[in-house]
Amino acid sequence: MNVRKTVTINHSPEELYTFWHNFENLPRFMQHLESVQVSGNGRSHWKAKAPAGQTVEWDARVTEDEPNRLIGWQSLEGADVQNSGTVTFTPATGGRGTVVRVDMQYDAPGGPFGALIAKLFNEEPDQQVFEDLRAFKQVMETGEVVRSDATLAGTRMVQRPGQPPETWPLPESA
Amino acid sequence: MKANCWMGTKKMEVQEVPDPKILNQHDAIVDISSTAICGSDLHMYNGLLPTMDRGDVLGHEFMGEVVEVGREVKNLKVGDRVIVPFPIACGNCFMCQQNWFSMCENTNPNGWQQELVWGHSTAGVYGYSHMLGGYAGGQAEYARVPFADVNPLKVPEGIEDEKVLFLTDAFPTGYFAADNCDIQPGDTIAIWGAGPIGQFACRSAFLLGAERVIVIDRVDYRLQMARDAGAETVNFEETDGLLLDVIKDMTGGRGPDACIDAVGMQATGGGVLGALDHVKQAVKLETDRPLALREVFLAVRNGGRVSIVGDYAGVIDNLPFGAVMNRGITMRMGQAPVQKYYRHLLERILNGDIDPSFVATHTLPLEDTPRGYQLMDNKEDGCVKVVLKP
Repeated sequence: MNVRKTVTINHSPEELYTFWHNFENLPRFMQHLESVQVSGNGRSHWKAKAPAGQTVEWDARVTEDEPNRLIGWQSLEGADVQNSGTVTFTPATGGRGTVVRVDMQYDAPGGPFGALIAKLFNEEPDQQVFEDLRAFKQVMETGEVVRSDATLAGTRMVQRPGQPPETWPLPESA
Repeated sequence: MKANCWMGTKKMEVQEVPDPKILNQHDAIVDISSTAICGSDLHMYNGLLPTMDRGDVLGHEFMGEVVEVGREVKNLKVGDRVIVPFPIACGNCFMCQQNWFSMCENTNPNGWQQELVWGHSTAGVYGYSHMLGGYAGGQAEYARVPFADVNPLKVPEGIEDEKVLFLTDAFPTGYFAADNCDIQPGDTIAIWGAGPIGQFACRSAFLLGAERVIVIDRVDYRLQMARDAGAETVNFEETDGLLLDVIKDMTGGRGPDACIDAVGMQATGGGVLGALDHVKQAVKLETDRPLALREVFLAVRNGGRVSIVGDYAGVIDNLPFGAVMNRGITMRMGQAPVQKYYRHLLERILNGDIDPSFVATHTLPLEDTPRGYQLMDNKEDGCVKVVLKP
């Protein structure tokens, strides 16, 4: 599967590249991501939330790194989900911020676990990547991931009524 | 707290729901002193706006006292008295920086729903369907206000709520409609719809220098309110279907310099096409009934301006687009960027140029909100606008 999504953000390529390049920042806006641990040599360990309280994990390495312009990555052998891609940072016209573009390829394995992965990644994958990019824009431009009452139930695709929650954060199962 | 919840078409219920909390550090919590029912709330009341959930708290015109602020809030403190604009803006994105706060790029976490039908998303709005964000609304005792440094406007103590409450939506929306007419000395402005927005558009057109304002509606007490402001009026039900001829005659055969559609998707009247629209809307072939919109395009003078603030949500049929193209009509529209106008309009109120409280015909306790919707929807008892007191 290929996904390509683009958003324009009111910041310089330098600021956006620097924030993204610290991969441990990514769970701040990537909804399914639980943690990223950077282990040196361009390698990192990724952990993501899957449905029913499961997690999926993989190791990845940086394949390309052009400061303030581009970051490329690829998952290593044995990943639950083979994935690779690039994120590019290009100045927008007229000083109107930076065009951020994600190009991503991924491949889920077969079998029941594969189906779980598919549910995690194939459910509107385009939209999921776009939602993450949109959240990146929110974090960079406003300092927070924007939340409404209806979108507090885990993923933004799952809606609860537009009324204040009983407790916050909501329990994981909500 | 008590809040007015949407429970289905024509089913509003004041229920006990959890109090709002600070969810992000730019939020504030407002203890609501006054809150209003907007004509656009009637779209949800009548089941015309999709993406509603049972339990959604409605209301996007509210004011009150700040009772809690998040750590990042710099410009507001507990005890401040504020009005809260209906569009939720971040203040930092490309659109906010151009004063298009109602099209903020960051405040609608359900923007993907809008993109499916509108191509791009707009700002989140309190209590106005999930497609517009899914935020709990302000027909309640308390509300959470995101980006509290950007959105609420402090208002002085000692001025009654009814004079400043409508800065949240109705007054800036009417003013925006008039501003979009690019009014020149000598201009005649015709306004379809004499509800709260039409009333404020009428007064704003005069404030912006219009020589004549013509207001069109079918409810006499609403037309009287427009006449009180100095407008000429036409009851379209008394024109034998010849409204356009009447307008043409009133404007020397040339047509109004600008026309405002302050009606939107729930228009009534319209003869054969209107009947067809009712049927299509009922069976969902058409989401909006564009009766007023067709008329404004045909009525406006050559090269004139059409300003649209009546709500449209989806698709419409049989628009006379040949008239728009061949007669060089300029169209401007949108949800009002309240934050662009509210400081100026507060000054106008404090100066005594206008007293917006004229539009508040009914005041009810929050518990009686469902009755308020009935009054507004049925235009009972001379009702123009309902203010609720939590």
